Amino acid sequence: MISINEIIETNRMVQSQHLDVRTITMGISLLDCIGNTVEETAEAVYKKVKEKAGKLVATGEDIACETGIPIVNKRVSVTPISLITAKTGGAVKLAETLDKVAKEIGVDFIGGYTALVHKGMTDYEKEFIMSIPEALSKTDRVCSSVNIGSTQAGINMDAVRLMGKVIKDTAYLTADKGSIGCAKLVVFANAVEDNPFMAGAFHGVGEKDVVINVGVSGPGVVKAALEQVDGDLTEVAETIKKIAYKITRVGQFVAEEASRRLNANFGIVDLSLAPTPVKGDSVARILEEIGLECAGGYGTTACLALLNDAVKKGGIMATSHVGGLSGAFIPVSEDEGMINAVEKGILRAEKLEAMTAICSVGLDMIAVPGDTTAEVLSAMIADEAAIGVSNNKTTAVRVIPVYGKTEGRVDFGGLLGTAPIMKINTVSPAKFINRGGRIPAPVWAHKN
Amino acid sequence: MKAIVSVLGEDKKGIIAKVSTALYDMDINVEDISQTIMQRYFTMIMLVNLEDSKLKFSQISENLSALGRETGVDIRIQSEAIFDSMHRI
Repeated sequence: MISINEIIETNRMVQSQHLDVRTITMGISLLDCIGNTVEETAEAVYKKVKEKAGKLVATGEDIACETGIPIVNKRVSVTPISLITAKTGGAVKLAETLDKVAKEIGVDFIGGYTALVHKGMTDYEKEFIMSIPEALSKTDRVCSSVNIGSTQAGINMDAVRLMGKVIKDTAYLTADKGSIGCAKLVVFANAVEDNPFMAGAFHGVGEKDVVINVGVSGPGVVKAALEQVDGDLTEVAETIKKIAYKITRVGQFVAEEASRRLNANFGIVDLSLAPTPVKGDSVARILEEIGLECAGGYGTTACLALLNDAVKKGGIMATSHVGGLSGAFIPVSEDEGMINAVEKGILRAEKLEAMTAICSVGLDMIAVPGDTTAEVLSAMIADEAAIGVSNNKTTAVRVIPVYGKTEGRVDFGGLLGTAPIMKINTVSPAKFINRGGRIPAPVWAHKN
Repeated sequence: MKAIVSVLGEDKKGIIAKVSTALYDMDINVEDISQTIMQRYFTMIMLVNLEDSKLKFSQISENLSALGRETGVDIRIQSEAIFDSMHRI
Protein backbone atom coordinates (compact mmCIF):
# COMPACT_ATOMS: atom_id res chain seq x y z
CA MET A 1 0.00 0.00 0.00
CA ILE A 2 1.06 3.58 -0.65
CA SER A 3 2.61 5.14 2.47
CA ILE A 4 1.02 7.86 4.54
CA ASN A 5 3.88 10.20 3.68
CA GLU A 6 3.38 9.75 -0.05
CA ILE A 7 -0.32 10.49 0.23
CA ILE A 8 0.31 13.55 2.36
CA GLU A 9 2.99 14.74 -0.08
CA THR A 10 0.59 14.52 -3.03
CA ASN A 11 -2.22 16.25 -1.20
CA ARG A 12 0.06 19.01 0.09
CA MET A 13 1.17 19.66 -3.50
CA VAL A 14 -2.47 20.19 -4.48
CA GLN A 15 -3.68 22.10 -1.45
CA SER A 16 -0.86 24.51 -0.75
CA GLN A 17 1.40 24.42 -3.81
CA HIS A 18 -1.16 24.70 -6.62
CA LEU A 19 -0.41 21.39 -8.34
CA ASP A 20 -2.94 20.93 -11.08
CA VAL A 21 -3.38 19.66 -14.58
CA ARG A 22 -3.50 22.88 -16.55
CA THR A 23 -5.41 21.59 -19.52
CA ILE A 24 -6.89 18.60 -21.23
CA THR A 25 -7.04 19.59 -24.87
CA MET A 26 -8.89 17.49 -27.40
CA GLY A 27 -7.50 17.82 -30.90
CA ILE A 28 -10.11 17.21 -33.59
CA SER A 29 -9.45 16.87 -37.30
CA LEU A 30 -11.88 18.86 -39.43
CA LEU A 31 -10.54 17.60 -42.76
CA ASP A 32 -13.65 15.45 -43.26
CA CYS A 33 -15.92 18.47 -42.66
CA ILE A 34 -15.02 20.44 -45.79
CA GLY A 35 -18.19 21.09 -47.79
CA ASN A 36 -19.08 22.81 -51.05
CA THR A 37 -20.17 25.94 -49.23
CA VAL A 38 -19.04 27.46 -45.95
CA GLU A 39 -22.54 26.82 -44.57
CA GLU A 40 -22.15 23.10 -45.27
CA THR A 41 -18.71 23.10 -43.68
CA ALA A 42 -19.94 25.00 -40.64
CA GLU A 43 -22.76 22.52 -40.07
CA ALA A 44 -20.38 19.56 -40.29
CA VAL A 45 -17.85 21.25 -37.99
CA TYR A 46 -20.53 22.02 -35.44
CA LYS A 47 -21.75 18.42 -35.44
CA LYS A 48 -18.30 16.86 -35.24
CA VAL A 49 -16.98 19.07 -32.43
CA LYS A 50 -20.19 18.60 -30.47
CA GLU A 51 -20.11 14.84 -30.93
CA LYS A 52 -16.43 14.30 -30.15
CA ALA A 53 -15.96 16.88 -27.38
CA GLY A 54 -19.48 16.98 -25.93
CA LYS A 55 -18.41 15.02 -22.87
CA LEU A 56 -14.93 16.54 -22.52
CA VAL A 57 -15.81 18.89 -19.67
CA ALA A 58 -17.81 16.31 -17.69
CA THR A 59 -15.07 13.70 -18.16
CA GLY A 60 -12.44 16.16 -16.97
CA GLU A 61 -14.52 16.93 -13.90
CA ASP A 62 -15.00 13.22 -13.14
CA ILE A 63 -11.26 12.54 -13.34
CA ALA A 64 -10.54 15.58 -11.15
CA CYS A 65 -13.05 14.34 -8.57
CA GLU A 66 -11.60 10.83 -8.52
CA THR A 67 -7.96 11.85 -8.31
CA GLY A 68 -8.33 14.95 -6.17
CA ILE A 69 -6.13 16.81 -8.70
CA PRO A 70 -7.83 19.89 -10.19
CA ILE A 71 -8.06 19.99 -13.98
CA VAL A 72 -8.21 23.70 -14.62
CA ASN A 73 -9.07 23.92 -18.32
CA LYS A 74 -10.75 21.74 -20.89
CA ARG A 75 -10.12 22.88 -24.43
CA VAL A 76 -10.43 21.93 -28.06
CA SER A 77 -8.00 22.42 -30.91
CA VAL A 78 -8.92 21.93 -34.56
CA THR A 79 -7.28 21.62 -37.97
CA PRO A 80 -6.05 25.03 -39.20
CA ILE A 81 -9.17 26.83 -40.43
CA SER A 82 -7.21 28.34 -43.34
CA LEU A 83 -7.10 24.82 -44.80
CA ILE A 84 -10.73 24.01 -44.03
CA THR A 85 -12.02 27.18 -45.71
CA ALA A 86 -9.50 27.36 -48.58
CA LYS A 87 -12.11 26.12 -51.05
CA THR A 88 -15.12 28.14 -49.92
CA GLY A 89 -13.85 31.19 -48.04
CA GLY A 90 -16.04 32.46 -45.19
CA ALA A 91 -13.54 31.81 -42.41
CA VAL A 92 -15.11 34.34 -40.05
CA LYS A 93 -18.40 32.46 -40.27
CA LEU A 94 -16.57 29.31 -39.23
CA ALA A 95 -14.96 31.19 -36.32
CA GLU A 96 -18.46 32.10 -35.14
CA THR A 97 -19.49 28.46 -35.41
CA LEU A 98 -16.47 27.38 -33.36
CA ASP A 99 -17.28 30.02 -30.74
CA LYS A 100 -20.88 28.85 -30.54
CA VAL A 101 -20.01 25.18 -30.14
CA ALA A 102 -17.24 25.99 -27.62
CA LYS A 103 -19.78 27.80 -25.46
CA GLU A 104 -22.30 24.97 -25.77
CA ILE A 105 -19.87 22.24 -24.73
CA GLY A 106 -18.39 24.47 -22.01
CA VAL A 107 -14.72 24.64 -23.07
CA ASP A 108 -12.99 27.92 -22.28
CA PHE A 109 -10.99 28.15 -25.53
CA ILE A 110 -11.03 26.58 -28.96
CA GLY A 111 -7.81 26.95 -30.94
CA GLY A 112 -7.09 26.59 -34.62
CA TYR A 113 -8.00 29.83 -36.40
CA THR A 114 -4.62 29.20 -37.86
CA ALA A 115 -2.50 29.58 -40.98
CA LEU A 116 0.83 27.88 -41.62
CA VAL A 117 2.74 30.19 -43.93
CA HIS A 118 6.35 29.65 -42.87
CA LYS A 119 7.55 29.46 -46.46
CA GLY A 120 4.90 31.30 -48.43
CA MET A 121 1.29 32.42 -48.49
CA THR A 122 -1.35 31.53 -51.04
CA ASP A 123 -3.68 34.39 -51.99
CA TYR A 124 -6.34 32.81 -49.83
CA GLU A 125 -4.03 32.43 -46.83
CA LYS A 126 -3.25 36.14 -47.07
CA GLU A 127 -6.98 36.89 -47.11
CA PHE A 128 -7.46 34.51 -44.18
CA ILE A 129 -4.74 36.17 -42.09
CA MET A 130 -6.31 39.56 -42.77
CA SER A 131 -9.62 38.20 -41.40
CA ILE A 132 -8.07 37.39 -37.99
CA PRO A 133 -8.87 40.78 -36.35
CA GLU A 134 -12.52 40.49 -37.35
CA ALA A 135 -12.73 36.85 -36.24
CA LEU A 136 -11.22 37.64 -32.84
CA SER A 137 -13.44 40.67 -32.33
CA LYS A 138 -16.62 38.73 -33.14
CA THR A 139 -15.84 35.74 -30.90
CA ASP A 140 -14.96 35.19 -27.25
CA ARG A 141 -13.33 31.80 -27.12
CA VAL A 142 -11.64 31.34 -30.48
CA CYS A 143 -7.84 31.45 -30.49
CA SER A 144 -5.68 32.17 -33.49
CA SER A 145 -2.11 31.44 -34.50
CA VAL A 146 0.09 31.95 -37.54
CA ASN A 147 3.35 30.14 -38.22
CA ILE A 148 5.69 32.51 -40.06
CA GLY A 149 8.98 30.66 -39.99
CA SER A 150 10.68 27.33 -39.57
CA THR A 151 14.22 26.03 -39.34
CA GLN A 152 13.71 24.20 -42.63
CA ALA A 153 12.11 27.08 -44.54
CA GLY A 154 13.57 30.22 -43.00
CA ILE A 155 11.40 33.23 -42.16
CA ASN A 156 8.56 34.45 -44.38
CA MET A 157 9.07 38.17 -43.96
CA ASP A 158 5.99 39.04 -46.05
CA ALA A 159 3.92 37.23 -43.43
CA VAL A 160 5.91 38.88 -40.63
CA ARG A 161 5.15 42.31 -42.12
CA LEU A 162 1.47 41.41 -42.39
CA MET A 163 1.28 40.15 -38.79
CA GLY A 164 2.45 43.51 -37.39
CA LYS A 165 -0.59 45.10 -39.03
CA VAL A 166 -2.90 42.25 -38.01
CA ILE A 167 -1.89 42.64 -34.36
CA LYS A 168 -2.49 46.40 -34.53
CA ASP A 169 -5.90 45.90 -36.14
CA THR A 170 -6.85 43.26 -33.57
CA ALA A 171 -5.88 45.65 -30.77
CA TYR A 172 -8.06 48.35 -32.31
CA LEU A 173 -11.10 46.13 -32.92
CA THR A 174 -11.01 44.82 -29.34
CA ALA A 175 -10.06 48.19 -27.79
CA ASP A 176 -13.17 48.15 -25.58
CA LYS A 177 -11.76 45.12 -23.72
CA GLY A 178 -8.14 46.20 -23.28
CA SER A 179 -7.25 44.90 -26.77
CA ILE A 180 -7.85 41.37 -25.47
CA GLY A 181 -8.02 39.97 -29.01
CA CYS A 182 -4.21 40.13 -29.11
CA ALA A 183 -4.04 37.84 -26.05
CA LYS A 184 -5.68 35.19 -28.24
CA LEU A 185 -3.29 35.58 -31.16
CA VAL A 186 0.14 33.92 -31.33
CA VAL A 187 2.76 34.33 -34.05
CA PHE A 188 5.00 31.27 -34.17
CA ALA A 189 8.22 30.05 -35.64
CA ASN A 190 8.55 26.25 -35.65
CA ALA A 191 4.95 25.81 -34.43
CA VAL A 192 4.16 22.31 -33.12
CA GLU A 193 1.12 20.29 -34.18
CA ASP A 194 0.22 18.87 -30.76
CA ASN A 195 0.42 21.83 -28.41
CA PRO A 196 -2.33 21.64 -25.76
CA PHE A 197 -1.79 25.21 -24.51
CA MET A 198 -3.67 28.27 -25.71
CA ALA A 199 -3.64 30.54 -27.51
CA GLY A 200 -1.36 28.61 -29.86
CA ALA A 201 -3.05 25.20 -29.99
CA PHE A 202 -4.11 23.74 -33.32
CA HIS A 203 -4.58 20.18 -34.51
CA GLY A 204 -1.91 19.37 -37.07
CA VAL A 205 -2.62 17.56 -40.32
CA GLY A 206 -0.17 14.82 -39.28
CA GLU A 207 -2.40 13.88 -36.34
CA LYS A 208 -5.07 11.20 -35.89
CA ASP A 209 -8.76 12.08 -36.02
CA VAL A 210 -9.33 12.74 -32.32
CA VAL A 211 -6.44 13.10 -29.87
CA ILE A 212 -6.05 13.99 -26.21
CA ASN A 213 -3.08 16.19 -25.29
CA VAL A 214 -2.46 17.15 -21.69
CA GLY A 215 -0.54 20.07 -20.24
CA VAL A 216 0.66 19.76 -16.67
CA SER A 217 1.75 22.51 -14.36
CA GLY A 218 3.25 23.04 -10.95
CA PRO A 219 5.69 25.96 -10.54
CA GLY A 220 4.56 26.20 -6.90
CA VAL A 221 5.54 22.58 -6.26
CA VAL A 222 9.02 23.13 -7.71
CA LYS A 223 9.52 26.28 -5.65
CA ALA A 224 8.37 24.55 -2.44
CA ALA A 225 10.81 21.68 -3.05
CA LEU A 226 13.69 24.13 -3.66
CA GLU A 227 12.94 25.93 -0.39
CA GLN A 228 14.34 22.81 1.35
CA VAL A 229 17.56 22.75 -0.70
CA ASP A 230 20.71 24.40 0.64
CA GLY A 231 23.11 22.50 -1.61
CA ASP A 232 24.83 23.38 -4.85
CA LEU A 233 23.28 23.71 -8.29
CA THR A 234 23.61 20.00 -9.07
CA GLU A 235 21.39 19.33 -6.07
CA VAL A 236 19.01 22.04 -7.28
CA ALA A 237 18.79 20.35 -10.70
CA GLU A 238 18.29 16.89 -9.15
CA THR A 239 15.49 18.19 -6.92
CA ILE A 240 13.70 19.76 -9.89
CA LYS A 241 14.04 16.53 -11.89
CA LYS A 242 12.42 14.43 -9.16
CA ILE A 243 9.52 16.84 -8.75
CA ALA A 244 9.06 17.13 -12.52
CA TYR A 245 8.85 13.35 -12.71
CA LYS A 246 6.01 13.25 -10.17
CA ILE A 247 4.14 16.16 -11.75
CA THR A 248 4.39 14.56 -15.18
CA ARG A 249 3.15 11.21 -13.88
CA VAL A 250 -0.05 13.00 -12.92
CA GLY A 251 -0.34 14.32 -16.47
CA GLN A 252 0.31 10.88 -17.93
CA PHE A 253 -2.36 9.31 -15.74
CA VAL A 254 -4.92 11.98 -16.60
CA ALA A 255 -4.11 11.76 -20.32
CA GLU A 256 -4.52 7.97 -20.33
CA GLU A 257 -7.79 8.12 -18.41
CA ALA A 258 -9.24 10.95 -20.51
CA SER A 259 -8.27 9.21 -23.78
CA ARG A 260 -9.87 5.94 -22.68
CA ARG A 261 -13.09 7.52 -21.43
CA LEU A 262 -13.51 9.80 -24.43
CA ASN A 263 -12.62 7.12 -26.96
CA ALA A 264 -9.78 9.25 -28.27
CA ASN A 265 -6.12 8.60 -28.99
CA PHE A 266 -3.52 9.45 -26.39
CA GLY A 267 -1.42 12.18 -27.97
CA ILE A 268 1.24 13.72 -25.76
CA VAL A 269 1.96 15.17 -22.35
CA ASP A 270 3.38 18.67 -22.50
CA LEU A 271 6.02 19.11 -19.80
CA SER A 272 5.70 22.86 -19.53
CA LEU A 273 5.79 24.60 -16.19
CA ALA A 274 2.85 26.94 -16.68
CA PRO A 275 2.36 29.72 -14.15
CA THR A 276 -0.87 31.46 -13.18
CA PRO A 277 -1.36 34.96 -11.73
CA VAL A 278 -2.04 33.38 -8.30
CA LYS A 279 0.64 33.97 -5.66
CA GLY A 280 2.76 30.84 -5.21
CA ASP A 281 2.31 29.64 -8.80
CA SER A 282 5.10 31.59 -10.47
CA VAL A 283 8.10 30.56 -12.62
CA ALA A 284 9.90 33.84 -11.80
CA ARG A 285 9.75 32.99 -8.11
CA ILE A 286 11.51 29.66 -8.81
CA LEU A 287 14.40 31.59 -10.38
CA GLU A 288 14.51 33.78 -7.28
CA GLU A 289 14.45 30.68 -5.04
CA ILE A 290 17.50 29.37 -6.91
CA GLY A 291 19.28 32.51 -5.77
CA LEU A 292 18.37 35.71 -7.62
CA GLU A 293 17.31 38.84 -5.78
CA CYS A 294 14.78 39.47 -8.51
CA ALA A 295 13.99 37.83 -11.86
CA GLY A 296 15.39 39.89 -14.72
CA GLY A 297 18.85 40.57 -13.30
CA TYR A 298 22.05 38.89 -14.49
CA GLY A 299 21.88 35.16 -13.80
CA THR A 300 18.24 34.94 -14.88
CA THR A 301 18.98 33.27 -18.21
CA ALA A 302 21.31 30.71 -16.60
CA CYS A 303 18.81 29.84 -13.85
CA LEU A 304 16.06 29.47 -16.43
CA ALA A 305 18.27 27.21 -18.57
CA LEU A 306 18.91 24.98 -15.56
CA LEU A 307 15.21 24.88 -14.67
CA ASN A 308 14.04 24.21 -18.21
CA ASP A 309 16.52 21.40 -18.73
CA ALA A 310 15.84 19.73 -15.38
CA VAL A 311 12.07 19.81 -15.95
CA LYS A 312 12.54 18.03 -19.27
CA LYS A 313 14.94 15.44 -17.90
CA GLY A 314 12.61 14.63 -15.04
CA GLY A 315 9.50 14.61 -17.17
CA ILE A 316 10.69 12.61 -20.16
CA MET A 317 10.82 9.29 -18.33
CA ALA A 318 7.43 9.92 -16.73
CA THR A 319 5.41 9.92 -19.93
CA SER A 320 5.21 7.66 -22.95
CA HIS A 321 5.01 10.61 -25.36
CA VAL A 322 6.42 14.05 -24.74
CA GLY A 323 5.21 16.81 -27.01
CA GLY A 324 3.72 20.25 -27.30
CA LEU A 325 5.99 23.04 -26.17
CA SER A 326 7.50 21.38 -23.10
CA GLY A 327 9.50 24.00 -21.27
CA ALA A 328 9.06 26.67 -18.64
CA PHE A 329 6.59 29.33 -19.77
CA ILE A 330 7.38 32.95 -19.05
CA PRO A 331 4.18 34.84 -19.86
CA VAL A 332 4.44 38.20 -18.18
CA SER A 333 0.79 38.88 -17.37
CA GLU A 334 0.14 35.34 -16.13
CA ASP A 335 2.98 35.17 -13.61
CA GLU A 336 2.89 37.12 -10.36
CA GLY A 337 6.70 37.14 -10.03
CA MET A 338 7.20 38.32 -13.61
CA ILE A 339 4.72 41.17 -13.12
CA ASN A 340 6.59 42.16 -9.96
CA ALA A 341 9.95 42.12 -11.77
CA VAL A 342 8.61 44.22 -14.66
CA GLU A 343 6.99 46.76 -12.36
CA LYS A 344 10.22 47.15 -10.40
CA GLY A 345 11.93 47.95 -13.71
CA ILE A 346 14.34 45.01 -13.31
CA LEU A 347 12.94 42.71 -15.97
CA ARG A 348 13.07 44.51 -19.30
CA ALA A 349 12.07 43.59 -22.83
CA GLU A 350 15.65 42.78 -23.90
CA LYS A 351 16.19 40.35 -21.01
CA LEU A 352 12.88 38.68 -21.80
CA GLU A 353 14.10 38.15 -25.35
CA ALA A 354 17.28 36.53 -24.05
CA MET A 355 15.21 34.23 -21.82
CA THR A 356 13.19 33.06 -24.80
CA ALA A 357 16.34 31.67 -26.41
CA ILE A 358 16.47 28.85 -23.86
CA CYS A 359 12.89 28.16 -22.81
CA SER A 360 9.42 27.88 -24.23
CA VAL A 361 7.96 29.76 -25.73
CA GLY A 362 8.68 33.36 -26.50
CA LEU A 363 7.63 36.93 -25.85
CA ASP A 364 4.38 35.95 -24.23
CA MET A 365 1.55 38.08 -22.90
CA ILE A 366 3.49 41.29 -23.01
CA ALA A 367 1.56 44.55 -23.08
CA VAL A 368 3.27 47.36 -24.97
CA PRO A 369 2.20 50.96 -25.65
CA GLY A 370 -0.78 51.25 -28.01
CA ASP A 371 1.14 53.62 -30.28
CA THR A 372 3.82 51.01 -31.08
CA THR A 373 4.11 50.91 -34.86
CA ALA A 374 3.23 47.85 -36.93
CA GLU A 375 6.85 47.79 -38.16
CA VAL A 376 8.22 47.57 -34.62
CA LEU A 377 5.78 44.72 -33.85
CA SER A 378 6.87 42.96 -37.03
CA ALA A 379 10.52 43.42 -36.07
CA MET A 380 9.84 41.92 -32.61
CA ILE A 381 8.33 38.93 -34.41
CA ALA A 382 11.30 38.71 -36.77
CA ASP A 383 13.78 38.72 -33.87
CA GLU A 384 11.87 35.99 -32.01
CA ALA A 385 11.54 33.95 -35.19
CA ALA A 386 15.31 34.31 -35.77
CA ILE A 387 15.97 32.89 -32.30
CA GLY A 388 13.61 29.97 -32.96
CA VAL A 389 14.77 29.22 -36.48
CA SER A 390 18.46 29.45 -35.61
CA ASN A 391 18.15 27.35 -32.44
CA ASN A 392 15.77 24.79 -33.94
CA LYS A 393 13.12 25.47 -31.32
CA THR A 394 9.65 26.91 -31.11
CA THR A 395 9.40 30.62 -30.42
CA ALA A 396 6.38 32.85 -30.40
CA VAL A 397 5.16 36.38 -29.95
CA ARG A 398 1.94 37.16 -28.14
CA VAL A 399 2.14 40.89 -27.66
CA ILE A 400 -0.67 43.31 -26.86
CA PRO A 401 -0.31 46.92 -28.08
CA VAL A 402 -3.03 48.23 -25.76
CA TYR A 403 -5.07 50.64 -27.84
CA GLY A 404 -5.22 54.15 -26.39
CA LYS A 405 -2.76 53.42 -23.56
CA THR A 406 0.95 54.05 -23.26
CA GLU A 407 1.56 53.22 -19.60
CA GLY A 408 -0.07 51.66 -16.55
CA ARG A 409 -1.66 48.24 -16.37
CA VAL A 410 -4.23 46.33 -18.34
CA ASP A 411 -6.37 43.60 -16.79
CA PHE A 412 -7.54 40.72 -19.00
CA GLY A 413 -9.23 38.74 -16.23
CA GLY A 414 -8.89 35.09 -15.28
CA LEU A 415 -5.85 33.10 -16.32
CA LEU A 416 -4.76 35.79 -18.81
CA GLY A 417 -3.97 37.99 -15.81
CA THR A 418 -2.79 41.58 -15.57
CA ALA A 419 -0.04 43.07 -17.69
CA PRO A 420 2.03 46.15 -16.92
CA ILE A 421 2.61 48.05 -20.16
CA MET A 422 6.33 47.65 -20.90
CA LYS A 423 8.58 50.27 -22.40
CA ILE A 424 10.15 49.01 -25.60
CA ASN A 425 12.70 50.29 -28.06
CA THR A 426 10.88 52.25 -30.77
CA VAL A 427 13.72 52.94 -33.21
CA SER A 428 12.33 52.34 -36.70
CA PRO A 429 13.00 49.02 -38.45
CA ALA A 430 10.63 50.09 -41.27
CA LYS A 431 13.09 49.73 -44.16
CA PHE A 432 14.06 46.21 -43.06
CA ILE A 433 10.44 45.12 -42.59
CA ASN A 434 9.21 46.65 -45.84
CA ARG A 435 11.83 44.84 -47.91
CA GLY A 436 9.70 41.69 -47.58
CA GLY A 437 10.78 38.39 -49.07
CA ARG A 438 12.19 35.48 -47.16
CA ILE A 439 15.12 35.12 -44.80
CA PRO A 440 16.81 31.91 -45.97
CA ALA A 441 16.97 28.86 -43.72
CA PRO A 442 20.12 28.65 -41.58
CA VAL A 443 22.95 26.49 -42.86
CA TRP A 444 22.44 23.80 -40.19
CA ALA A 445 18.87 23.24 -41.40
CA HIS A 446 20.33 21.35 -44.35
CA LYS A 447 20.99 18.01 -42.73
CA ASN A 448 19.87 15.55 -45.38
CA MET B 1 -12.11 0.41 -8.12
CA LYS B 2 -9.74 0.85 -5.21
CA ALA B 3 -9.41 4.17 -3.49
CA ILE B 4 -7.54 5.83 -0.65
CA VAL B 5 -9.50 7.56 2.08
CA SER B 6 -7.33 10.02 3.96
CA VAL B 7 -8.40 11.62 7.21
CA LEU B 8 -6.44 14.53 8.66
CA GLY B 9 -7.25 16.67 11.66
CA GLU B 10 -7.00 17.22 15.37
CA ASP B 11 -7.07 13.96 17.31
CA LYS B 12 -10.40 13.26 18.98
CA LYS B 13 -12.46 10.27 20.09
CA GLY B 14 -14.45 8.24 17.61
CA ILE B 15 -12.95 9.37 14.31
CA ILE B 16 -12.17 5.82 13.12
CA ALA B 17 -15.61 4.63 14.23
CA LYS B 18 -17.44 7.40 12.39
CA VAL B 19 -15.50 6.99 9.14
CA SER B 20 -15.82 3.18 9.24
CA THR B 21 -19.56 3.42 9.84
CA ALA B 22 -20.01 5.86 6.96
CA LEU B 23 -18.08 3.55 4.64
CA TYR B 24 -20.10 0.52 5.82
CA ASP B 25 -23.34 2.43 5.16
CA MET B 26 -22.19 3.03 1.59
CA ASP B 27 -21.28 -0.64 1.13
CA ILE B 28 -17.57 0.10 0.90
CA ASN B 29 -15.09 -2.49 2.16
CA VAL B 30 -11.98 -1.41 4.06
CA GLU B 31 -8.97 -3.50 3.01
CA ASP B 32 -6.17 -1.86 4.94
CA ILE B 33 -5.71 0.88 7.50
CA SER B 34 -2.68 2.75 8.74
CA GLN B 35 -2.79 5.52 11.25
CA THR B 36 -0.39 7.80 13.04
CA ILE B 37 -0.18 11.08 14.90
CA MET B 38 1.97 13.56 12.92
CA GLN B 39 2.84 16.88 14.53
CA ARG B 40 -0.20 16.60 16.86
CA TYR B 41 -2.42 15.81 13.92
CA PHE B 42 -4.36 12.62 13.57
CA THR B 43 -3.59 11.06 10.20
CA MET B 44 -5.34 7.97 8.91
CA ILE B 45 -5.13 6.31 5.53
CA MET B 46 -7.59 3.60 4.49
CA LEU B 47 -7.39 1.47 1.37
CA VAL B 48 -10.99 0.79 0.36
CA ASN B 49 -12.74 -1.16 -2.36
CA LEU B 50 -15.71 0.50 -4.06
CA GLU B 51 -16.79 -2.56 -6.07
CA ASP B 52 -20.00 -3.24 -4.15
CA SER B 53 -21.09 0.34 -3.64
CA LYS B 54 -24.04 1.50 -5.70
CA LEU B 55 -23.14 5.17 -5.28
CA LYS B 56 -21.27 7.30 -7.80
CA PHE B 57 -17.73 8.33 -6.86
CA SER B 58 -18.75 11.99 -6.65
CA GLN B 59 -21.55 11.10 -4.20
CA ILE B 60 -19.21 9.03 -2.00
CA SER B 61 -16.73 11.90 -2.03
CA GLU B 62 -19.43 14.40 -1.08
CA ASN B 63 -20.75 12.20 1.78
CA LEU B 64 -17.26 11.83 3.22
CA SER B 65 -16.55 15.57 2.93
CA ALA B 66 -19.82 16.28 4.74
CA LEU B 67 -18.86 13.87 7.53
CA GLY B 68 -15.49 15.63 7.72
CA ARG B 69 -17.18 19.00 8.13
CA GLU B 70 -19.43 17.59 10.90
CA THR B 71 -16.53 16.06 12.81
CA GLY B 72 -14.04 18.84 12.23
CA VAL B 73 -11.48 16.79 10.26
CA ASP B 74 -10.53 16.76 6.61
CA ILE B 75 -11.72 13.59 4.84
CA ARG B 76 -11.05 12.94 1.19
CA ILE B 77 -11.23 9.98 -1.12
CA GLN B 78 -9.03 9.57 -4.18
CA SER B 79 -8.41 6.82 -6.69
CA GLU B 80 -5.49 4.64 -5.56
CA ALA B 81 -4.21 4.67 -9.13
CA ILE B 82 -3.12 8.32 -9.00
CA PHE B 83 -0.79 7.64 -6.07
CA ASP B 84 0.60 4.52 -7.72
CA SER B 85 1.19 6.50 -10.87
CA MET B 86 2.94 9.32 -9.03
CA HIS B 87 5.06 7.42 -6.52
CA ARG B 88 5.85 4.03 -8.13
CA ILE B 89 8.01 3.46 -11.19
